Amino acid sequence: MTGPFQIGAKVRVSQGLPPGHVRTPQFLRGREGEVIRHFGDFPNPERLAYGLSGLPKLHLYQVLFTMDQTWEGDGAYAPGDTVAADIYETWLEPL
Amino acid sequence: MSTHEHHDHGHSPGHSHAHDHTSFQPDIKEPSEDWEFLEIALRELLIDKGVITAREIQDQIETWEKKSPEGGARVIAKAWTDDDFRRRLLEDGNAAVAEMGFEIEALKLVALENTDTLHHMVVCTLCSCYPRPLLGVPPLWYKSREYRSRAVREPRAVLREFGTDLPETTEVRVVDSTADCRYLVIPRRPEGSEGMSEAELAALVSRDSMIGTATAFALDGAGRSG
Amino acid sequence: MTERAISDLGGLPGGPIDTAEHEPTLSERRVDAMMMLLRSKPRSFWVTDENRRTIEGLEPKTYAESAYYERWVLAMRSLLIEKGVLSEAEVEAKLAEVRARHAETGR
Repeated sequence: MTGPFQIGAKVRVSQGLPPGHVRTPQFLRGREGEVIRHFGDFPNPERLAYGLSGLPKLHLYQVLFTMDQTWEGDGAYAPGDTVAADIYETWLEPL
Repeated sequence: MSTHEHHDHGHSPGHSHAHDHTSFQPDIKEPSEDWEFLEIALRELLIDKGVITAREIQDQIETWEKKSPEGGARVIAKAWTDDDFRRRLLEDGNAAVAEMGFEIEALKLVALENTDTLHHMVVCTLCSCYPRPLLGVPPLWYKSREYRSRAVREPRAVLREFGTDLPETTEVRVVDSTADCRYLVIPRRPEGSEGMSEAELAALVSRDSMIGTATAFALDGAGRSG
Repeated sequence: MTERAISDLGGLPGGPIDTAEHEPTLSERRVDAMMMLLRSKPRSFWVTDENRRTIEGLEPKTYAESAYYERWVLAMRSLLIEKGVLSEAEVEAKLAEVRARHAETGR
């Protein structure tokens, strides 16, 4: 069971509005990347943070972004450099 | 100062039956930071109420003191010399390091292999997630605002601050540890290290090379700082 | 654009990194140890995510200006009270007592 996304899927990170504890960094919101790894499903940290059960579990993916996609040239990186982050399925939209 | 500790209310003999009277509360400098008073207050309350014991705190400190980057270095050295182990480590980090006696509970250990075209650098922009069972306590810089904010945006500048320069033909991949995975970088095996024993190889693996802000020590001593 | 949590630092401007080694002090080791004991079995008063949420709930100024383990001890205090292990009153009383004791010894 790989969850909603396959390896190689092109995705966009949601902007998100929810208050509370989230693990999707601001700098990746709205950015487009590629799913490069699936880690399985894990308890939901947004619920665990408030003493709730963490269920249902969420599929967790490693998503790869180019530096240019993320910073549009405003950074100290080489053209081929990338950044990866672990993002829960609820924060990813298919492109 | 240790005398002072022993005569604190929380440590007087009438209180916790679990209190160990041997002197395992070493000298501590006078609290200078405000939060250190809070640390003392909370600790004494918790001990007074029997929630935890001083012995447990000490044991926990000692358990963590035993964990150091030497553990991770042994894993790397084995990965360099044993190709099947390297594959198992990349496939399932938890199971592979368990073979060597490292217990990782709950969290998923993920090994990231550096090559001549790909160099990983790990950061936790949101807090300080770190593979503690293999590397011990994270260095202060790893937890700093400066590293957490700049690593994802200025990796080449950050690497240079650590004395690490990589060609543009090598992709630098900054890996943000945002969830339940803990990352261990497998640095590139130094040139000319064929025939070295695992112990000799482990000595070439610095903590920073397993985080990704450095490469492993070269045999000619290049890259080693003071 | 959504607002950032105070701990969400990726991409913000920052100064040079202090790459020197800093051995944790005994106070810091104690905070670390207590955190581990309080959230692990058999006590399991809270989980890591609750700790993070609590730290994220600090005043922005406090977060920006406090050291790492200072944030942890503030979060520990908050969670111990939230979970009913300690009361606010007894923490305040003990804190006052500890301060007074150290003022007396005058070292």
